[in-house]
Amino acid sequence: MKYSGLIFANLFRKKLRLLLTIGSFAVALMLFGFLAVVKEAFSGGVSIAGADRLVVINRTSIIQPLPISYADKIMRIPGVKEITHDNWFGGVYQDERNFFPQFAIDVERQRQIYPEFAIPDEQWQAFKQDRQGAIAGAATAKRFGWKVGDRIPIKGTFLPGVWEFNLDGIYHGTRQADDETQFWFHWDMFEEKVPERYKGMVGWYTVRVENPDDSLKVAKAIDAEFSNSPYETHTDTEKAFAAGWVKQFGNIEFLILTIGGVVFFTLLLVTGNTMAIAVRERTNELAVLKAIGYSDRFVLLLVLTESLVIAAVGGGLGLILAKGFTLLGDPTHGLLPFFYLPGIAIVAGTMAALAIGIASGILPAVGAMRMRVVEALRRV
Amino acid sequence: MRVDGRNGNASLINVRGLDKKYYRGGEEIHVLQGLNLDVEQGEFIAFMGPSGSGKTTLLNLLGGLDVPSAGSITVAGDEITHMSRSKLTEWRARHVGFVFQMYNLIPVLTAFQNVELPLLLTKLSKAERRKHVEIALGVVGLSDRMHHYPRQLSGGQEQRVTIARAIVSDPTFLLCDEPTGDLDRKSADEIMELIGTLVKQYHKTVLMVTHDPVVAQRADYTLHLDKGALVESGAIAQAGGGGR
Repeated sequence: MKYSGLIFANLFRKKLRLLLTIGSFAVALMLFGFLAVVKEAFSGGVSIAGADRLVVINRTSIIQPLPISYADKIMRIPGVKEITHDNWFGGVYQDERNFFPQFAIDVERQRQIYPEFAIPDEQWQAFKQDRQGAIAGAATAKRFGWKVGDRIPIKGTFLPGVWEFNLDGIYHGTRQADDETQFWFHWDMFEEKVPERYKGMVGWYTVRVENPDDSLKVAKAIDAEFSNSPYETHTDTEKAFAAGWVKQFGNIEFLILTIGGVVFFTLLLVTGNTMAIAVRERTNELAVLKAIGYSDRFVLLLVLTESLVIAAVGGGLGLILAKGFTLLGDPTHGLLPFFYLPGIAIVAGTMAALAIGIASGILPAVGAMRMRVVEALRRV
Repeated sequence: MRVDGRNGNASLINVRGLDKKYYRGGEEIHVLQGLNLDVEQGEFIAFMGPSGSGKTTLLNLLGGLDVPSAGSITVAGDEITHMSRSKLTEWRARHVGFVFQMYNLIPVLTAFQNVELPLLLTKLSKAERRKHVEIALGVVGLSDRMHHYPRQLSGGQEQRVTIARAIVSDPTFLLCDEPTGDLDRKSADEIMELIGTLVKQYHKTVLMVTHDPVVAQRADYTLHLDKGALVESGAIAQAGGGGR
């Protein structure tokens, strides 16, 4: 492009100012990237939740259990295809800071209900035959350096004692947002070791329906089946359940949007001011360009292009830094189920940076476009 | 050159009944009043007059940078006074070369890049542009300074680069607004020598505003702006009256 020399020469006119403006974009977009990572960590489960899965919990609260006998009754409800159950374990591995979710699972039906978790068949078979066996998510295994065959001691919290597990397999998520931090072991073992008052009880059920369109109808039928019983149920789609879980942490999305909005608005003011100064300093030069035959439109596009180049370089740098940061690994050591910068956030960040680039450049650009050569030259 | 408006429309530049009024603080300032001028190809004309007499205003009108309140300007058959702003911009690129008192070079571009600016608007290839720029810088004697930035050049050299920028696209005429106003006598003489060469050797038409009578003497004609009208002197006085 024959005008690139002119554009870049103008950009590098004040190197420190250029550096600081690009830096403003980079810091703002890096922060945007971090916020997007946190938002994804909280709400990623909602977006990937199975459309054909329902979660059945105790109507009082998820920490109240449900009888194992409900499984057969739920299976008889029309529209239900499969069912499995889980119990929260909440143990500690070596140190309380080493948090990761542990579940006692229904080994027979786990894979049918959660096909998104991929495990080599031989590992799964070994796990099935090992009552003390366990399966860990790839993220958790990597975090603690576990290998298949390792012995994993986990200290109970609300259940007494140290529980020893054999790591029989490691699962991987088949999608980027799949949670790879979980730790599964046999519900039978859990049932065997828990005190009498917990026996015959599960934490929650996960139900797979025949037709996702019937999810609400099936959910109502399940809750109706157990109404007025000692253990009334509350059934929701997995998506709604995940969204409700996120809401327990407060309105994360609003918080993130507010912080992001303030950051971008400040960025707009800073870059808008910078561009205005940059154009004002060059009034004379822009007037000369017009005098020798450059059109008003060219001058408008010249100023806007400079603004956009700054936005693209600074914004791109910020997003690359944010992406690089996520690739270094989860600094919360597993507190967040997902830790990655989603592609949609990169696209949104790029669009936001370019939009700010245009918004900050448009007023000075229009001013330069409308500037009358005679008046501009007279001012010098 | 004539200032009586009786030369028909055969000249390169025909100015007829040119009026320019300004309004400042509610007061009307009549800068130019019914001004006539005919300029032939290859003439070198100097405009003189006290500050505020309208010299620069006249130059701006002739260069299509400003529009008159009344009257017409025709250059090489094109009546520019009724052109739209965008048409005037295109017209300037083809027909006018500007030389300013303060040089007005882009400080972040080299001499070569500054001179190349008007050519970027043409369809010339990069190689063709390079050839034209090298020729223009050669004409002004700055072939060895083409990769210098304005800050690395003296005032006289900067003005030479401005002249090279003005001639590189071979415009119909050059407008010079106090081209030596910011230079010492020696540099001013060199610049006037160069402008004289452009007129004599390359048959360029040059219209120049100056305060300096010594500089004005270099022109074929000196016209004084008085009460918004042009009064001929210089060549007329020497020739005993009448136009060339």
